[in-house]
Amino acid sequence: MGEAIKIQVNGEIRDWRGGVTVADLLRDLEIATDRVAVEVNLEILDRAKFAEHRLRDGDRVEILSFIGGGALCIGDGSVDAPRVGEPKESKERTASPAIF
Amino acid sequence: MTDDRLIIAGREFKSRLWVGTGKYKSFAETQKAIEMSGADVVTVAVRRVNITDRSKENLLDYIDPKKYTILPNTAGCYTVEDAVRYSRLARAAGVSDLVKLEVIGDEKTLFPDTAGLIEAARILIKEGFVVLPYTNDDPIVAKKLVDIGCPAVMPLAAPIGSGLGIRNPYNLKILMESVNVPVIVDAGVGTASDAALAMEYGADAVLMNTAIAGARDPIAMAEAMKYAVWAGRLAYKAGRIPKKLYATASSPIEGML
Repeated sequence: MGEAIKIQVNGEIRDWRGGVTVADLLRDLEIATDRVAVEVNLEILDRAKFAEHRLRDGDRVEILSFIGGGALCIGDGSVDAPRVGEPKESKERTASPAIF
Repeated sequence: MTDDRLIIAGREFKSRLWVGTGKYKSFAETQKAIEMSGADVVTVAVRRVNITDRSKENLLDYIDPKKYTILPNTAGCYTVEDAVRYSRLARAAGVSDLVKLEVIGDEKTLFPDTAGLIEAARILIKEGFVVLPYTNDDPIVAKKLVDIGCPAVMPLAAPIGSGLGIRNPYNLKILMESVNVPVIVDAGVGTASDAALAMEYGADAVLMNTAIAGARDPIAMAEAMKYAVWAGRLAYKAGRIPKKLYATASSPIEGML
């Protein structure tokens, strides 16, 4: 395969080989292609293009899917994944005092 | 109640109880509670896939998208840009144009930023989304959302996860009378009577998460909510008696000794 490249996947820098496609990346990460959305450099990539879109050095890839959630928000306990584009650190919310 | 269908943007829903999928102890519990609630619409959030722990199970392995309408939300979005971005990602990850649009204004209250909400809704509607906006119990904002093309509105009863019940029943009633689209009361329900009350006021559906997931026995509470929503809906359709200050005898005076 091609030369060594660095890409950012869900906020983590990873060493990769030049010329790999998004489909290759998902396969390598053992992520099923259905039910995921992929953004490359802030552009959403159509699922039909996963197999043809080649990744380049410095690309920022975001892979997202559905998780449990209702009328709730980050820092609420159940949503442990960080927001897109944000560092992977937990955002503690101060507990509100009991009112009853 | 089977003929009493809720229709939003041409989609027909059997259940008037919609549920969230957050805060449960396990996917198995989520699945059981949703089953017990009878809900056919479930909300989900869109987040990064965990790429380091690949063993993690997927929520949709437990909640069959063929059986339930998956309603992605934009929870956690504090700007118009974020809400629009997450909506597009949800559409790319899923199969429909439905989105429960949240533009949160403040971390402490999680109250909606209604100005941002209207702006984001306008952008998404133009892109073909079916936007169900999480909004305040403000009739004017609700009317604006309907005017720009939202096929339903989702006003809060109280802050998300607070369990405070309906804090402003009169505003909510005015809101329901102000718009000609389904009104789904979303957030703030604490227990079954809150859900029944929302339906008695004339809500077309109720959406909740914490009230079920946070109960000591979520599966039993899911069942309680199912009956509460039914009871409230039936009472609303049956038409309650007016409130009066003094007694009115229900047994006849005639025939007394």
